[in-house]
Amino acid sequence: MNLPDDGLILVVKEDCATCQMIAPLAAVLEQQGLLKITFSQDNPAFPEGLNVEDDRDLETSFRLDTEIVPLLIRRKEGKEEGRVIGWHRDEWQNLTGLNDLGSDFPEQRPGCGSLSVSPGMAEELQERFGETGLKAREVSVDYPDDPMEQMFDRGWTDGLPVVPPTPARVLRMLQGTRRAPDEILGMIPPSGEVCTVEKAAINAVMAGCMPEYFPVVLAALDAAMDPDFAWQGLMSTTMGAGVCVIVNGPIARRIGMNWQHGALGHGNRPNATIARALQLMVINLGGAVPGGMDRSTHGHPGKFGLCFAEDETDDAWQPLAQSRGIEPGKSAVTVFGFCGTSINNTETARDADGLTGSLSMCLNAFFHPQHAGGGLAAGLVLSGEYWGIYRDAGWDRARIHAALLEGTHRTQAEIESGVTRSSGGASSIPKFDPGDLVLVRAGSNAGLFSTIIHGWGSGPSGSQPVTREIVP
Amino acid sequence: MTQSITMLDPTSEKTNAMRSRKAPPASLDGLTVGLLDISKDQGDHFLDRLEVLFGERGIKVERFAKPTYAKKAPDDVTASLAERCDVVVEALAD
Repeated sequence: MNLPDDGLILVVKEDCATCQMIAPLAAVLEQQGLLKITFSQDNPAFPEGLNVEDDRDLETSFRLDTEIVPLLIRRKEGKEEGRVIGWHRDEWQNLTGLNDLGSDFPEQRPGCGSLSVSPGMAEELQERFGETGLKAREVSVDYPDDPMEQMFDRGWTDGLPVVPPTPARVLRMLQGTRRAPDEILGMIPPSGEVCTVEKAAINAVMAGCMPEYFPVVLAALDAAMDPDFAWQGLMSTTMGAGVCVIVNGPIARRIGMNWQHGALGHGNRPNATIARALQLMVINLGGAVPGGMDRSTHGHPGKFGLCFAEDETDDAWQPLAQSRGIEPGKSAVTVFGFCGTSINNTETARDADGLTGSLSMCLNAFFHPQHAGGGLAAGLVLSGEYWGIYRDAGWDRARIHAALLEGTHRTQAEIESGVTRSSGGASSIPKFDPGDLVLVRAGSNAGLFSTIIHGWGSGPSGSQPVTREIVP
Repeated sequence: MTQSITMLDPTSEKTNAMRSRKAPPASLDGLTVGLLDISKDQGDHFLDRLEVLFGERGIKVERFAKPTYAKKAPDDVTASLAERCDVVVEALAD
């Protein structure tokens, strides 16, 4: 950028009515020797007949922090003395020293947005011309090498294509949070490498997240790093666990999450990418490569990441986050270590007691029918029709939860041999410890189905669900 | 696409230091063997038997345990192993 040490400079674009309006005044200023140079963002032949420098690459506009055009700047001895944006007659007269400049023009007229700050452009220009302030190592991929293939070759993916994390994309992702890029968030398992906000943003870009999802990613990350969650164990276990992220509160609607048809499946961008971002972090930072530090015997499709929002459209249902201490109206995530999902169906249970009996049978079959005595967690996702049966009977979350805990008690004789934990001689043995059965509402309103989210070892010696409020 | 593209490294940007394994001792005479139970079911059976077998050979044994296999060993367990043992046997069992 080569600017005159003294005099006026002007930034304009042809596609701006205010710039068109002031073009004759620019000619006057140039004729009088006051205006030294005009930078045009879109057409180097505009304004016609003036000393115009082509700024279609927007470098000068970027370096001058141009937000609005026309932008008139007065410089003296190599420094900026003052600037005016848009047309304000008094301010233009003051800055130019010409008291009659534009006296027949309207008193003021707003300018137009600079092309250098059009959506997405600011970060592109920051990457191209400015200091991004980012710390991560830059990897350059030269044509004709394909960046998508390079990322596979470098082991940066979960086996599916990822979005190339260009500096501009990462800068846009960082706009999704107020937290500083160099803030250390914690250690990512299994290897325990440090994760900064910037590294989280890079992996969120690769996962396909938009910046408005980033606060959800950061909250989920914070929850997953709570020692109670035992993320280290989940990411290295032979049982093949992954992270399920359940989102509550206004942010779910704001970022367009799905809690209805196929909420646990494909087709919705935030659902598909938020938990995937965490999974990419454990691959790229934590080194959780199958057969390496990820010792999964089988793994499961959920290891790409499972994320969905809870259905909060019925006030009779207490949302999961509120049941775990979050104030109503706040947004929150709950992370749940899981080893796959299974769907259950009964079309004969028509009342709350019958449905509880049916669901209890399904829950007792979970992991292994002979398993009892606690120590394993399960999520139970109730569809609209199942919830409707309970709601019509006047049951709420607490009553359903209590009934299912009771319904999954069995006697030693029912369980017979193979109990993995001692019954202590009890004649009524629970399947679950109370905190290990997590109820969630999601899915469409058609279909008599529930889904069991298969948890992992639970309690203080295993993985416990962790909830965190989402803050910007 | 004919231009180069710049990407930011999503990894920790560290290269793992490759350390050669410590050579196994020629003999356990005079050494202390740590037996680490990670609290997996049945692991203690294996270690109990090893303790007997080492004892029959006059080899000093110390027992250690992780509170849970689901989480990494507490620092004091790791530090004690390093300070007090020459060799460690860790039981991974079910």
